[in-house]
Amino acid sequence: MSAALRLEDVTYRYPGAVAPALRGIDLEVAPGEFVVLAGGTGSGKSTLLRAAAGLVPHFHGGEFGGRLEAGGLDTRTHDPAAIAAVAGTLFQDPETQVVMGTVRAELAFPLENRGLGSAAVARGVEEAALALGIAALLDRSTHELSGGELQRVALGAALVGRPRVALLDEPTSQLDPVAGDELLGVLRRLNEEWGTAVILAEHRLERCLSAADRVVALREGAIACDADPRGFLVWAGDHAPELQTPGARLFALAGRTPPPVSVKDARRALAAGDEPRAVAGGLDPRKPAGGLEPGGEPGDAPAKRGLFGRRRGEGAAPALALSSVWFEHKGGAAVLRGVDLDVAAGERVALMGRNGAGKSTLLRVAAGLLAPTRGKVRGGRVALLLQNPGDYTLRDRVGDELPPESLAAAGLSHLADRHPRDLSGGERQRLALAIVLNGERPAVVALDEPTRGMDRAHKVALVALLARLAHDGSAVVVATHDAEFVAAVATRTVLLGDGRPVADAPTSEVLAGGWYFATQTARILGGAALLPEDGAALLRQEAVVA
Amino acid sequence: MTYARRASPLHATRAAVASAWCIVLAIVALSFDHPLVLGALLATVVAAAGAARVGRRVAVSLLVALPFAVLIGLVNPLVVREGLTVIARLGTVPVFGALDVTAEATAYGGVLALRALVIIGCFALHSAAVDPDDLLRAFRRVSFRSALTAALATRLVPVLARDARRLHDAQRCLAGEPAPRRAVFRAVASGALDRAVDVAATLEVRGYGAARRPPREGGRPWSRHDLAFAASAAALALIAVAAHAGDAAAFEAYPSFAAPVGAGELALCAALAACALLPFADRRGIGR
Repeated sequence: MSAALRLEDVTYRYPGAVAPALRGIDLEVAPGEFVVLAGGTGSGKSTLLRAAAGLVPHFHGGEFGGRLEAGGLDTRTHDPAAIAAVAGTLFQDPETQVVMGTVRAELAFPLENRGLGSAAVARGVEEAALALGIAALLDRSTHELSGGELQRVALGAALVGRPRVALLDEPTSQLDPVAGDELLGVLRRLNEEWGTAVILAEHRLERCLSAADRVVALREGAIACDADPRGFLVWAGDHAPELQTPGARLFALAGRTPPPVSVKDARRALAAGDEPRAVAGGLDPRKPAGGLEPGGEPGDAPAKRGLFGRRRGEGAAPALALSSVWFEHKGGAAVLRGVDLDVAAGERVALMGRNGAGKSTLLRVAAGLLAPTRGKVRGGRVALLLQNPGDYTLRDRVGDELPPESLAAAGLSHLADRHPRDLSGGERQRLALAIVLNGERPAVVALDEPTRGMDRAHKVALVALLARLAHDGSAVVVATHDAEFVAAVATRTVLLGDGRPVADAPTSEVLAGGWYFATQTARILGGAALLPEDGAALLRQEAVVA
Repeated sequence: MTYARRASPLHATRAAVASAWCIVLAIVALSFDHPLVLGALLATVVAAAGAARVGRRVAVSLLVALPFAVLIGLVNPLVVREGLTVIARLGTVPVFGALDVTAEATAYGGVLALRALVIIGCFALHSAAVDPDDLLRAFRRVSFRSALTAALATRLVPVLARDARRLHDAQRCLAGEPAPRRAVFRAVASGALDRAVDVAATLEVRGYGAARRPPREGGRPWSRHDLAFAASAAALALIAVAAHAGDAAAFEAYPSFAAPVGAGELALCAALAACALLPFADRRGIGR
């Protein structure tokens, strides 16, 4: 049987681009192999997947060199529609990946395009829906679905034809940790039971390395590493620390080898020696756990501790106060149910919870985009950065979006003549944040899923920026699924469940004891530390004591 | 404007028939100039939308279209020089010459506006009550690419509507005055190409370009609603043909306005409304 995917010296340059997006790629993926693509933003992961789907160069144009075969079909002689018969593709943005009116029609569409009869289509739809756990959605309209549901439906449409190879570009970016884990479980099952080769581009490597047979790391469009997961982690430790998983970083900082591929792996390795004591007071609950934190923890507002109920900053009036806030859709469900929440000036608060728990709605109510149906919201201006930073740019030139001094303060002066759409994800987010912060200093800076699709280097920069804002007196509230980011940025974490806080406590307490809402380091060390730097210190301490 | 399945006879009808019924209604409106008939057709469309449980959405479309209709009504008297009754002399404009506004041209402008509203109402009803996925399947054998392109155009509309909502929300998050609506509209319009490219890329990787015809199979049997709306469409077309043949609803805009209202016109209006609305009376089997 031919390779699921074969690239021979593939080079590609987008139309009008100066540098090639792919450079001399040689890669072969065997049938049934599970390959993770790693790399920073702009490293070429998405372009490689688009090339494998035949979109490059047929759809995007540009200059293509070399030879690429997907499922045995040469992309130079077969167009993307022909390649679709052997390769299922899923992109990042689920909104543009659903083209039919109902979920059932969406799943049926690829099969109908292959000319299958109605019985075969109906059977394929049912099986795909069951396999992906979306049977309950089959008769729903696609425009009613949430981002997470859309992503699963789009994945279903990509896999319904049982392709030889699945090309997936950050399929978990819209999902909460629970749904993300479920989806990876489904992928693994399809990989094992159907023999579908999976090529998965992902930033949060700790989620998927344990399922992978192999990791291919890209840098500036070229393959920098092609090894099994452990070999990749060893390479990353030496050459690309930004690609290390938290577990691998923990081991590297503690001077232990080899790096663990999974939590189970790490725990087994630690069990061989002395495990660190679960030190409840080991971390200062008022501080972020460190790690991604580039400096100290300036401006942390003191806060009372307690797992449940209302919490207040001490002293001055809160920057934001929600009292018994409800938000109920007309003729629909209640999204927020009597939320009480005070946030002090300079405090850094994370909102976590499953998809649909009410995080985004809470931010929108706080910012005045939605009026609460009951209860009160008090406080100063809330500068809210919504999920898509591109929504804040309306003009054709970066320099026209902001006054020169604000642009300079955001470190974006050199991009003044660029079109906002031509900026990288990180630059676009910095620009959007600068636009939101422009004018009167906000009492609260709120961000909705700011790390979606963001690599570690950009996260570090964002943590630094938020720390500076908090230091300057603004409260920072971040809604996110990213536990590592929360551990680095937040002093306090509010876990929402079914529209109300089910836990409200220092981040070190909330993330240390969680199952899904926990960092990888916390899961390895049983909650003794949240981030690799603190965990490594504990491990080194243990080693000295021993 | 997006389709959502409702419990109504029109939604329960197969897409090809429901689509044909809406199109016949629009063609009937195009074939008549008589304001009474057009008014009756507009009332019929609104009543049909109510019976199909999409009245609010069609009403919103009509309200949005109202300025467009008014514009048509206002432009006609300014550009048409026919009619005997001059009601305003606006002087001489270079190139255009003397601008005399006549009562006939003004009245006919109103007729054109009314007709535009009926047609927009018909297509709003079509968007809200005809399943585009079923329509795509129905026309796959006839012209797959045309049907798919049309269906996809309707897909892009909700994507762009969501974009506009998000951009508007983002503007509300800023200090000071939010950007004017036209700036948001411009940003959505300029981003439409990117979005269209994204949707088109998805189509490609779902095998659209390689679309093969499915094997011919026995279709599903015609339901009572399929038959009722097909009969209604045929009856509407026959009534319109008969009315034109019998010179009923005669209308003249120029040189003097003549739109006689008699028993024939009233009977025609009643017949059109009854034929169009009768299929909505049968509420059996309208659920999913």
